Amino acid sequence: MTLSSARSTVRSARPSEIPAEHPTPVPPENLAWYPARQPLPLGVKLSLGFLLVLLVALAVPQLLTSYDPLSGDISQSLQAPGAAHWFGTDRLGRDVFARVIHGARYSLLIGIAGMLISLVLGVVLGIIAGMKNRWLDEIASRIFDVLSAFPGVLLALLVIALIGPGMINVAIAIGIAGIPKFGRMVRSQTQLVRKADYVTHASFYGKSRAQIFYKHLLPNVMVAIPILATIDIGSSIMAVSGLSFLGLGPQPPTPEWGVMLAEGRDVLRTAWWPSVFPGAAITLTVIAFSLIGSHVQRRFEGRQP
Amino acid sequence: MSVSQLNNLPQALVEVHNLSIGFAGANGGRPLVRNVSFSIKPGQCVALVGESGSGKSITARSVLGLSGDGAQISADSFRIAGRDALAFSEQDWRALRGTFAGLVMQDALVSLDPLRTIGQETAEVLIRHDLLKGRQALTAKVHDVLQQVGISDPELRAGQYAHELSGGLRQRGLIASAIAAGPALIIADEPTTALDVTVQQQVISVLAERVKNGAGLLLISHDLALVAQIADFVHVLHEGEVVDAGPVAEVLRNPRHAYTRQLLAAVPSAQSRGHKLSSARIVAAVPGAEGLSIRREALTRHQIEDRTVLEVQNISKRYGAGGWGRKARPFTALHDASFSIRKGEVLGIVGESGSGKTTCANIVLGLLTPDTGSVKLLGQTWSGIDEQQRRPLRRHMQYIPQDPLSSFDPRYTVLQVIAENLPAPALNPAQRQEQVVELLRQVGLNESLLQRRPLTLSGGQRQRIAIARALAAAPALLICDEPVSALDVYVQAQVLDLIAELQAQYQMSLLFISHDLGVVQHISDRVLVFHQGHIVEQGPTEQLFAAPQHAYTRTLLGAVETQHQM
Amino acid sequence: MWRAVLTRILSSLMVIWLSVSAAFVALHSLPGNIADVLAGDVEYPGLREAIAAEWGLDKSLPEQYLDFLGRLIEGNLGTSYIMRMPVSDILASQLWPTVQLALSAGALAIVLSIGITLLTAGRSLRLRKVASLFELVCTSTPVFWIGILLLMLFSFQLRLFPVAGAQGWRSLVLPAVTLALPTVGLLSQVLRESMEKVLEQPFITTLRSRGLSETRLRSGHVLRHGLLPIITLGGWLIGGLLGGAVITEKVFGRPGLGTVTLNAITSQDVPVVLAVVLLAAAIYVSISTLLDIVYLFIDPRLRHS
Repeated sequence: MTLSSARSTVRSARPSEIPAEHPTPVPPENLAWYPARQPLPLGVKLSLGFLLVLLVALAVPQLLTSYDPLSGDISQSLQAPGAAHWFGTDRLGRDVFARVIHGARYSLLIGIAGMLISLVLGVVLGIIAGMKNRWLDEIASRIFDVLSAFPGVLLALLVIALIGPGMINVAIAIGIAGIPKFGRMVRSQTQLVRKADYVTHASFYGKSRAQIFYKHLLPNVMVAIPILATIDIGSSIMAVSGLSFLGLGPQPPTPEWGVMLAEGRDVLRTAWWPSVFPGAAITLTVIAFSLIGSHVQRRFEGRQP
Repeated sequence: MSVSQLNNLPQALVEVHNLSIGFAGANGGRPLVRNVSFSIKPGQCVALVGESGSGKSITARSVLGLSGDGAQISADSFRIAGRDALAFSEQDWRALRGTFAGLVMQDALVSLDPLRTIGQETAEVLIRHDLLKGRQALTAKVHDVLQQVGISDPELRAGQYAHELSGGLRQRGLIASAIAAGPALIIADEPTTALDVTVQQQVISVLAERVKNGAGLLLISHDLALVAQIADFVHVLHEGEVVDAGPVAEVLRNPRHAYTRQLLAAVPSAQSRGHKLSSARIVAAVPGAEGLSIRREALTRHQIEDRTVLEVQNISKRYGAGGWGRKARPFTALHDASFSIRKGEVLGIVGESGSGKTTCANIVLGLLTPDTGSVKLLGQTWSGIDEQQRRPLRRHMQYIPQDPLSSFDPRYTVLQVIAENLPAPALNPAQRQEQVVELLRQVGLNESLLQRRPLTLSGGQRQRIAIARALAAAPALLICDEPVSALDVYVQAQVLDLIAELQAQYQMSLLFISHDLGVVQHISDRVLVFHQGHIVEQGPTEQLFAAPQHAYTRTLLGAVETQHQM
Repeated sequence: MWRAVLTRILSSLMVIWLSVSAAFVALHSLPGNIADVLAGDVEYPGLREAIAAEWGLDKSLPEQYLDFLGRLIEGNLGTSYIMRMPVSDILASQLWPTVQLALSAGALAIVLSIGITLLTAGRSLRLRKVASLFELVCTSTPVFWIGILLLMLFSFQLRLFPVAGAQGWRSLVLPAVTLALPTVGLLSQVLRESMEKVLEQPFITTLRSRGLSETRLRSGHVLRHGLLPIITLGGWLIGGLLGGAVITEKVFGRPGLGTVTLNAITSQDVPVVLAVVLLAAAIYVSISTLLDIVYLFIDPRLRHS
């Protein structure tokens, strides 16, 4: 779980709201600041650069490496990193760098797929839960409670146990496990927006219920979603590689990063490179998405309802 | 040092000459407070008055060394209890915080630790400075202090939390926690803001009592009337500098600096009715005259026609039945209220929190359905029908909220906010923009604001945008819900003038809700007084306030008059 | 107030019941015969009869459901057909190492994060940036990679700690640290944000005006406020620890529930997986509820909602 989802857990799991009784303080008259176009922080620039490389790796891996990730020369087994093989070779003589590059596709796409499943289902349920109807709220909240009652990894494990291992199933498992994250955040956002003045007063300007919903409520609820999604891709990718590490995702010889780490663990006594590089790839990817996501969140802070 | 010890000393508690406070990198390098001088002697109340951003809070906090990290403080002389405060180490400051001076801030609900009881908060300073030992001694002292501030059953209250007490009680609890160690100096930073008028009096009298017993009081406030009531000396701050200083009576009766004059002249009251506030000027004090001589421009007179715009009959609203435990008690928010507004008339609504005025406004706005009674707008049924049926009439009733920012969609620019309320026949974007620009001009704003976001604008500007948006529908009735309460005196004056001008120009009727009697007296033709869910009195403004019939109106007026001695 | 406590307890019981029911429904909605699902990939004489008898497959679905509930309430977690043992026996034997791991990791995480936060909340920007970076890395690094790196460094290179197994406290150190680090990252970030928010409140100025030193202020007052969100997060914390334990056990070759679960998944031993997951859910929900109730006692503002 990432910070944002932990935050939303804190917010929505609180037994009840603390009444905000105190009056609005007198605002200073000369509030003349205006967020100028500031240059992007270094971390964000590096993250964007890294993601660009990943995108290339995903789409045209041939550009970055000429080795075949799936077959190798067994006589070249476990060569240390060097001029010929930048990241060394694994137990079967396959070039580790090539495998990392080709593996980007799996971790990224499955991770994004899982996140999208959580997003769509979570958002729909969240909006339903946040609207006025008490019963729908109860039902949707119970679904969130049940889904989050099973600790993330374990829920994914249960789903895999029921539907079997594999790439798509991992995405589904992660997707289902991630529903409460989006659902609760969207639910509390919907409630917040629903009670905001600009929604409750919208009828003064002659707007119909449908107009208010589509023009004011929905857009303001959705505002936070891209940010949450971006930050969440990171944890999604980690979950994918985690499940793959356990052997429940794509099967060898697929060069998925988690699978590579499982293989690397077995030869840890003699070779460090088959484990370190895939792990570093995962870590850097997650960091990149997190940095970009938090940056966008900070820029957006002022526009929150 | 205790109060009794100090009374034998002729020297000042605090003596400051040419104090400057700045923060590196802020405000373009200029200090936020420049060359401020004042002194406080035991038994004196010195007030620092100014609008927000004038530097009064920072100055007051510097007396406790609490200006904040990175504050650069310089002065020709800065003496506290006779010692040089510029040479104080953090230890020195901590030794005198709570023992020599205590701080009382605005709003006890956020100024007291919500996780601790009033008793624990009050005892803290005693424990911290090792002033008393033993639980019994502490408890006895805490109860004693609570009683001193006028809390009548201290045993019960000491065990309660701030959110469990009423506004007045918890503010007094806050004062208790500040004076428990018997400090010689009390610093009160807006201690009564956001309290009801009658409750303000209770709290102020507690502070006045301490001053009478020999404590010194540094009072920070934007409320001139309050200052007039209790202070001996006043320093008027404007943009970090003292522009006027002296004994209260003198400064308020014969202000020397233009800023002070403008400020005093801009306060709305019964005397300013029918006149502009923002251009009012104090003329030189005429010898022998009572009060200030203020020259004011007249506002355009507004005409009142005999047609009824809004008719409210016997509305009431009950909350409650259902829910368990405490919530099961039903509660009547509004009893049987009836009134009407004619075309071009300004009806003022006055009342304290819990009086039912908000419920009444919400019913009139159609946000709540009344349990009984009816509301008619322009002769047509308004209450008790579907929103869909009301929609065609909506443009005739518009709303100005207390906090305009939360009523603007956070994604919208100024242009979008106002354009949203333009009558529907879709004009092309260029025409819409033209209309919005025209509306902005009417409220005194420049078209350069069109693409700005309201978040980046000041309170006064936001309120004008809200007014422009309401005007876009050319309403017959404008409901104003505390529209100027969050604004500084001078900005408030400008906005009130604007509302009055537009009202006269468009012949709109106004339903003006405010807790500030001065504002209500200034702007209303007729007044409704709400108390505990009933309209206890209604009538023409001047008559009602000249000869109040109901006891509550008299109490309200009395509380205000103690303040308005001008 | 007691009403609130009762509501929490009832609500948690309902969530547990719903989770159990959801699992039951999931089990029965899989394609194919449920007996096949339960049998997994083994076949031996008497198997089908045993399954039919235990799960009451000849009875109507509602009856099966009630029997299922009944068995669970009695503490009967079913039988593993693959291992030919009652599931509860399997779990009981493997429970302790996992609990040991989770508890030590949890305790370590809490102590570390409180320490980091007290040192960095509201202090110099530099310090906070360093702490932020540390936290970012902790939360972005997959737990299995941390484990592998630590293994590599401390077990293989430096030979300080054993590579596998669960004998003695030495074998607990690396796994506990591995499991704790991602949690520390998240906890300290949430805690620090919460404490910094508290430090901006007006009542902090009031406290300072009484002459309190900064240290007393932080450890005495601010900490109490700052810990509030942690209590809410506590339940999630346990869940995360349980899930992470599964992965950590695989990395370090430690026996425990994680290993049991993984083996069960690969051999399609559904009753075991089901039992583990339900057990985890029950633990998670109970602890969350307990913490919710503790929260009610600590924050007086909520007692009168």
